[in-house]
Amino acid sequence: MPDILQILILIVKIVALTFCVVLPLVPISVYFERRFCAVIQDRVGPNRTGIPLTLLGFKKDFHFFGLIQPVADGVKLFLKEDFTPSYVRKAFYWMAPALTVAPALITVCVIPFGSPISIFGSEQKLVIADLDIGPLFVFAISSLTVYGITLAGWSSNSKFSLIGGVRSTAQMISYEICLGLSIIPVLLYYGDLNLSKIVQNQADNGWLLLPLWKGGHLGLPDLQTALFLIPAFIAFLIFTISIFAETNRMPFDLPECETELVGGYHTEYSSMKFALFFMGEYAAMVIGSALIVTLFLGGWSVGFGMDKWINDLHIGSFQFGGLIHLMAFLVKLIVFILFFILVRWTVPRFRYDQLMKLGWVIFFEAALVNVFLAALIIAAPQLTAAIIGGGAVLLIAVTAAVIWVAMVSEAKPKIRRA
Amino acid sequence: MAVVKLQRPKLNAGEKIYFGAILKGFFITMSHAVRSLLGKTTGAKDLASSGLGVTMQFPEQRWDNQLPEYYRGAPTLVIDEQGRERCVSCQLCEFICPPKAIRITPSEIPTDDKWAKVEKRPIEFDIDMIRCIYCGMCEEVCPEQAIFLRKDYLVTGHTRAEMVHDKKKLYEIGGIRTGLVNKWNELK
Ligand code: SF4
Ligand code: SF4
Repeated sequence: MPDILQILILIVKIVALTFCVVLPLVPISVYFERRFCAVIQDRVGPNRTGIPLTLLGFKKDFHFFGLIQPVADGVKLFLKEDFTPSYVRKAFYWMAPALTVAPALITVCVIPFGSPISIFGSEQKLVIADLDIGPLFVFAISSLTVYGITLAGWSSNSKFSLIGGVRSTAQMISYEICLGLSIIPVLLYYGDLNLSKIVQNQADNGWLLLPLWKGGHLGLPDLQTALFLIPAFIAFLIFTISIFAETNRMPFDLPECETELVGGYHTEYSSMKFALFFMGEYAAMVIGSALIVTLFLGGWSVGFGMDKWINDLHIGSFQFGGLIHLMAFLVKLIVFILFFILVRWTVPRFRYDQLMKLGWVIFFEAALVNVFLAALIIAAPQLTAAIIGGGAVLLIAVTAAVIWVAMVSEAKPKIRRA
Repeated sequence: MAVVKLQRPKLNAGEKIYFGAILKGFFITMSHAVRSLLGKTTGAKDLASSGLGVTMQFPEQRWDNQLPEYYRGAPTLVIDEQGRERCVSCQLCEFICPPKAIRITPSEIPTDDKWAKVEKRPIEFDIDMIRCIYCGMCEEVCPEQAIFLRKDYLVTGHTRAEMVHDKKKLYEIGGIRTGLVNKWNELK
């Protein structure tokens, strides 16, 4: 019965990829966050928590740089009192944490974790659902997290939570637009919305931001690809910063800004419910990094024309190249998560009006102009020189107009005195 | 006072984009991180730390030779060069102690004792180290220079009872202290 086999394989994939790859990344990134911020601030961070082997009669405890710390944190959160204040709206209060975690975990299903593995001639892709609308699916689902946060803010029935929830809504809606617009150049370039195919394309023809090989041969990119680096880099910048805003990470963590709002939307939450919010935030960060890596930095591909060779590695009929690619993907992912953390401990928090201005006045326009720039570069080989020139002039004029509007909108009104 | 009007500094275009500042920030944070990981944190030498951060790795690295002269550790009782227990159980320390950590049971000194003229001594002297806040008031108030805060800071125990230092323990930590005023000696 092949149907049942299919379903079984799907379940194995879900369990393996979601629960054995992505979920463990959450505590690992929490650990990295603590250790990395510690060394940045000339501290040590948790380096002691280990397995107390001395209790079992061994000579030495097992520390391993405090890697067990996330487990201890988890146990602590489990054992804390799960307190529900009497004045909250119970149903929504209980629903909200689940609503923030679930979407983040659902989006895992379109991320390609590695190249296909084949056993006994049957090929299995290392992606749970090989959808043809990958990025759109991620945006559609991940923007549902905002419901969780807003509901948490509203149902907590406390002013700090409410302000946090409202801020988060406004922020997410503003940055969703930049997020969507900024990857249009990428999608134009690949002409595909299927993330697996996008990554395969990058493995064959060079990563979007590092096109140093084509068809498996190292070499400098041709003029069109080289020129496309400009819109690609702009898109990368806008997309990355929007992901920061989308995941409520540091320079934009206004919804939970401790200095103003106590804890923001999760002020009233404790124990596992708080842990779920925490997990949701980090899971969103993991997925965001995964998306960036997939779209711009070659996903699972090792690069430099080595992917074909890795794909062909096999023991008997078991082609395990996909597992190496999975490792490559995880390494890239963790490097990017470290970058997220570095940003958090470097860049100070934005003010709310700055955040909104950055989203609506700068990134929105920049992303729009970027779409046309990318389209012009992609279409250039089919166009005559006159049209290209005209398009370029038009683009420059539009850009200048946009910059002028942005400047005018910034001009302060004259102070009148009585 | 004249009103001083401060002008916000005018930013040039580069500063307004502030990408440069963010990059500079990355360099600063990364340099701290790298130096920490190499065991060369800023100030690690002065603070005699492990180098991974300015933090001292406690059980392996000790404070002991870093403690300043005025360090206030566990309060203890002392005996002088002549082997005399100096406390006369006046109970001033008991009364001054802000968290009421000291409990003294006074008693008389028997008449056949060499120091019978001192008249009183404590028969029991307990300091509850869970309560003590290491303020040093007892040392300051003692008219007999009998109680001193020593440099012991590792006061630990498994039970509450273990955390109460009795007279024996106090003399054990305190030991002999020389160079004190000996006002009970015979006048020459
Ligand atoms: S140091 Fe302060 S708290 Fe401790 S016993 Fe002396 S007076 Fe009491
Ligand atoms: S230690 Fe000093 S202050 Fe306290 S009872 Fe003894 S003599 Fe008095």
